[in-house]
Amino acid sequence: MLILAIDTSAVASAALVSDDAMEGVVGNFSTEDTRSHAEVLAPGINRMLAEAGITGPDIDAIVTGVGPGPFTGLRSGIATARTLAFVWQKPLYGMMSLDAVALEVAESTEAAPEFIVATDARRKEVYWARYTLEEGQLPQLVDGPHVGFAADVPDLPAYGAGAGLYPDALRANADFSSEQPDALYLGQFALARLAAGGELPDSTPLYLRESDAQVPGPRKRAL
Amino acid sequence: MNGNEPLVLGIESSCDETGVGIVRGTSLLSNTVSSSMEEHVRFGGVIPEIASRAHLDALVPTLQQSLAEAGVTLEEVDAVAVTAGPGLAGALMVGVCAAKALAVATGKPLYAINHLVAHVGVGVLEADGERAGVLPQNLGALLVSGGHTEILRIRSITDDVEMLGSTIDDAAGEAYDKVARLLGLGYPGGPAIDRLARTGNAKLIRFPRGLTQPKYMGTAEEPGPHRYDWSFSGLKTAVARCVEQFEARGEPVPVADVAAAFQEAVVDVITSKAVLACRENGITSLLLGGGVAANSRLRQLTGERCSAAGITLHVPPLDLCTDNGAMVAALGAQLVMAGIGPSGIAFAPDSSMPVTTISA
Ligand SMILES: [Zn+2]
Repeated sequence: MLILAIDTSAVASAALVSDDAMEGVVGNFSTEDTRSHAEVLAPGINRMLAEAGITGPDIDAIVTGVGPGPFTGLRSGIATARTLAFVWQKPLYGMMSLDAVALEVAESTEAAPEFIVATDARRKEVYWARYTLEEGQLPQLVDGPHVGFAADVPDLPAYGAGAGLYPDALRANADFSSEQPDALYLGQFALARLAAGGELPDSTPLYLRESDAQVPGPRKRAL
Repeated sequence: MNGNEPLVLGIESSCDETGVGIVRGTSLLSNTVSSSMEEHVRFGGVIPEIASRAHLDALVPTLQQSLAEAGVTLEEVDAVAVTAGPGLAGALMVGVCAAKALAVATGKPLYAINHLVAHVGVGVLEADGERAGVLPQNLGALLVSGGHTEILRIRSITDDVEMLGSTIDDAAGEAYDKVARLLGLGYPGGPAIDRLARTGNAKLIRFPRGLTQPKYMGTAEEPGPHRYDWSFSGLKTAVARCVEQFEARGEPVPVADVAAAFQEAVVDVITSKAVLACRENGITSLLLGGGVAANSRLRQLTGERCSAAGITLHVPPLDLCTDNGAMVAALGAQLVMAGIGPSGIAFAPDSSMPVTTISA
């Protein structure tokens, strides 16, 4: 099974993962930048497909990170994934973006049995979720995702760029203190879940925050 | 690619309408629009984040429906065009990402298009069996909507468009929304005020016409700094003050008269400056575009003043005046037919794209 995975919840990234390929990776790319997704994502995907010699018909499913993440960037990936899935007529799945970091943690020697993944939610807040990990298993999401102040996050080892931003409030793991969700891990997580007969959610974004719009109050009378 | 009559699919998402339209050369095949207007009603104006969320959910269904209505497949499409700006940054992003994905998935060339110039692009479409096909010589365009108020000169729609004047603060449609809220008439303000104004007496109150003083206007030979520009924020304040004065005196607010006088002030200053710009720039044909083209008084007074000045006025069908994908496709087809190259897929949406940039 060949999956095209896309995530723009923080940086822009995409990957081709397959259970037939060595280490599962057919191709991938990611940017450092968190603000130019609309420019870089499509050229990045185009180049990755060309380099791997993959075309639309070769792909079995598309997976997109559904956040949480800053809204405009997040939508870039979902709009791209939805359109590709429509044109190529492929099944489309969503994955919670923090799962990408959780899998990366699980595959490292740094893993703790219970931990937090946190990313930057801007406005002095973080997006976070709590995971548990058992030997040889995929990380299990037990709480979240949430958005809130770092000081209000449970006191557990914390991984990801959100933890790195608030070292006083979170028990940030130094090796992961600038780690962002990456489509490569998201795709591998999705592949593992599908292979295990699991189901994946749809591509509905996890905004976690309402729009800032205020319903205007009644106009003050001059009297 | 079919260079004579290219099949072009256009995507629009610069404000609160998600539009996908398909044209073949200058023939309109489909024009599908999904609006998030209802979701903005309780806020009294377009909320960018709400519009962006709605675009994301509407885009693929609108695309699918537009293809079905046109009776064409994506394989048959020669090129894709998308609004790259100006507009709301987050809203533009959704259409741009979808269009780029379309280009990646199909390998079709992509044109990143200027929204304002696209409003003029509908002028080439053949509507109701009437043949248009080419734009008239010495063409101007007056665009009036909730997002813009501009007068353009079009020497060539594919490579020479100039902004003669524009609003320096609120768009005219925005002023309608704000005044409608002030008068308790709901959102969108344009239709509500237009309807009520018919029963009011516009002559009972005189509201200011912005930027009409000599220091702004200058003369034809020595134009002032805002000869063809508009300003509506002072007008909005004047209406608020007027309403407060009635209330302070304990008198009922003559809502219909205030609406009529406000509408007259807007329409008078828009049309007088637009016609002035036309006369002084050799424009003999004027195209009206934007959602406020639906306003009955604007159409009437623009018509009267244009004919008095010997200017031919074109008002496209209303569903082509409001924001839509067909206008983007129409301009895209013009660019293809003129042999202008595509934009590629690395361009950035530009929320303040100037009209001199017709495509990126
Ligand atoms: Zn418009």
